Amino acid sequence: MAATGDAILEVRDLVKHFPLTQGVLVRKQIGAIKAVDGVSFDLRRGETLGIVGESGCGKSTLAKLLMGLERPTRGSVRINGREIAGARGAELKQVRRNIQLVMQDPYTSLNPRMTVGDIVGEPYEIHPEAAPRGDRRRRVQALLELVGLNPDHINRYPHQFSGGQRQRIGIARGLALQPEIIVCDEPVSALDVSIQAQVINLLARLQRDLGLSYVFIAHDLSVVRHISDRVGVMYLGKLVELGRDSEIYGQPAHPYTQALLSAVPVPNPEGRARRERIVLQGDPPSPADPPSGCRFRTRCWKAQDVCAQQEPPLQLRPGTWHESACHFPQVHQVIRAF
Amino acid sequence: MSDTVTPRSRRARHAKSPLRSPGGPSRGGPAAGTAGRPASLWNDAWHDLRRRPLFIAAAVLIGVILLMAAVPQLFTSVDPYDATSCRLGDARQAPSAAHWFGTDNQGCDTLARTVYGARNSLLVGLSTTVVTVLVGGLLGLVAGFRGGLPDALLSRVTEIFFAIPSVLGALLILAVFRTGTVWTVMLALAVLAWPMTFRIMRAAVITAKGQDYVVAARALGASGRRLMFRHILPNAITSVIVVATVNLGVFIAAEAGLSFLGVGIQSPEISWGLMIADARPRFLEAASPLLFPAAFLSLTVLAFIMLGDAVRDALDPKLR
Repeated sequence: MAATGDAILEVRDLVKHFPLTQGVLVRKQIGAIKAVDGVSFDLRRGETLGIVGESGCGKSTLAKLLMGLERPTRGSVRINGREIAGARGAELKQVRRNIQLVMQDPYTSLNPRMTVGDIVGEPYEIHPEAAPRGDRRRRVQALLELVGLNPDHINRYPHQFSGGQRQRIGIARGLALQPEIIVCDEPVSALDVSIQAQVINLLARLQRDLGLSYVFIAHDLSVVRHISDRVGVMYLGKLVELGRDSEIYGQPAHPYTQALLSAVPVPNPEGRARRERIVLQGDPPSPADPPSGCRFRTRCWKAQDVCAQQEPPLQLRPGTWHESACHFPQVHQVIRAF
Repeated sequence: MSDTVTPRSRRARHAKSPLRSPGGPSRGGPAAGTAGRPASLWNDAWHDLRRRPLFIAAAVLIGVILLMAAVPQLFTSVDPYDATSCRLGDARQAPSAAHWFGTDNQGCDTLARTVYGARNSLLVGLSTTVVTVLVGGLLGLVAGFRGGLPDALLSRVTEIFFAIPSVLGALLILAVFRTGTVWTVMLALAVLAWPMTFRIMRAAVITAKGQDYVVAARALGASGRRLMFRHILPNAITSVIVVATVNLGVFIAAEAGLSFLGVGIQSPEISWGLMIADARPRFLEAASPLLFPAAFLSLTVLAFIMLGDAVRDALDPKLR
């Protein structure tokens, strides 16, 4: 996975607040769910950026913002220098040819009343300039073959396929317009472990063959590690740590990352004894009313007064080689020989 | 993008295919799994329908009834609109070789009247159903899909209609026209019935709208019209089809009720509803003038319900 230097996707200070309203006739805003609250990162060409975090940390909202499916409250998302966050109509449609989505649930993401040929070929109907009419069927069959499905099954319906095969259909649909970026929103978490590996390997092969860049969102740390070049850790709508996978997994500096890593199941019973278990107290705070300063301070064992007063920005800090958002970063190897 | 297959994918495919050949060609499934002609939902549904005994039975029944409505002369030599064909002296006869279905209170041939009554009854039932499905269905689709203000306005409007007692409302509308014809009865019934179709469609659309495949289509850049008609409508239409076929019978019966109240289709016009209403007071003396049109009414309703069921099943690939 050779990532070249130039950024294909630039995300800057991305914010999405969902308004909380009250009242039946006159709606008045009484607050906001701060689902994504100031996220910035670059995705380089040919690279895979993993985004991990627990449920409700804003991963899926981030995916929708990248796809232009939600309008951000603030901030920008640029694909090859073109803004998607504020784009509308024909312009948005044009930018979307370059970024596509693979969804989580292969059972609901395919229209049950369309044949596989229609599902994979729909991108060509929406963007007729992408492929001449007479050539579409052949291209759809080539796509099915590319993702490891039998091209003769073009007239079948989604329910005639297994979960892993359906996810392959979703990937083929995402590839139809030859995008440069694929946003994978938990692409394997609905699949059996054995099928997960097949789909992950398919994604890795497609990246190699087609030079794709992935934003890979998942909560399974080992899956993310397997496929990612760089990893970002999210907590309550913010990135708390961002670095190469070996750095995040081998030398985590943020206490949240350390706690997260310590929760990874270790298959080897001997390894379990060598692993340090950090158990966090309490639940994540509500994104409608996040703590002041550092958002993790309510559950952090290192928290001091400064953590409540000042918000730590995501930046390079002394003693580490990657960015973290903590006033007291300290590299701490949670899992040896992970 | 390369169209060639890497050796790895070829291997992966062949390793997988015997494991789980997906579903196999489904039972009676048309061309499932073969890559001959491009399949589409409607093509496949039609292909599937033609093999369904339920559909064939319904289609034959409906065909006969439609033929009766179009060319009643084929089924009886008596013209019931000709007053000289009825003889009061023959009133309330039991079925016989001369009068297969017996005669009614006026001494008219029940078979001839039943056959000729098909036209008005069917016209009322079919036209009201078509109008309610088109109006209620389209408005429900738009309201459910757009949400917001259009939805709020349309929903309030339907609530007003729901508050009107249907018989009273129909009486009121028909009283404005003074003469009851097929078209005024259709109008009165449709005005009162479309809100129900609207509600069912709206609910089904709201359910379908939140599905992931709609989000996926939106991510591809699909227009609102494509989302509505290609993704949401085929997944929302089934409940409307079922209700519409049941309602068809309800409308034919409602026409009978309105005729009975003196505001619907009036004699000398003939309809099944009118015949049932006319025969009702002397039912114990002569049952056949009531039973035969009632049986035809039931058969018609049954045929359309069977048709609706068959169409609904054919439109669901999982049930094929």
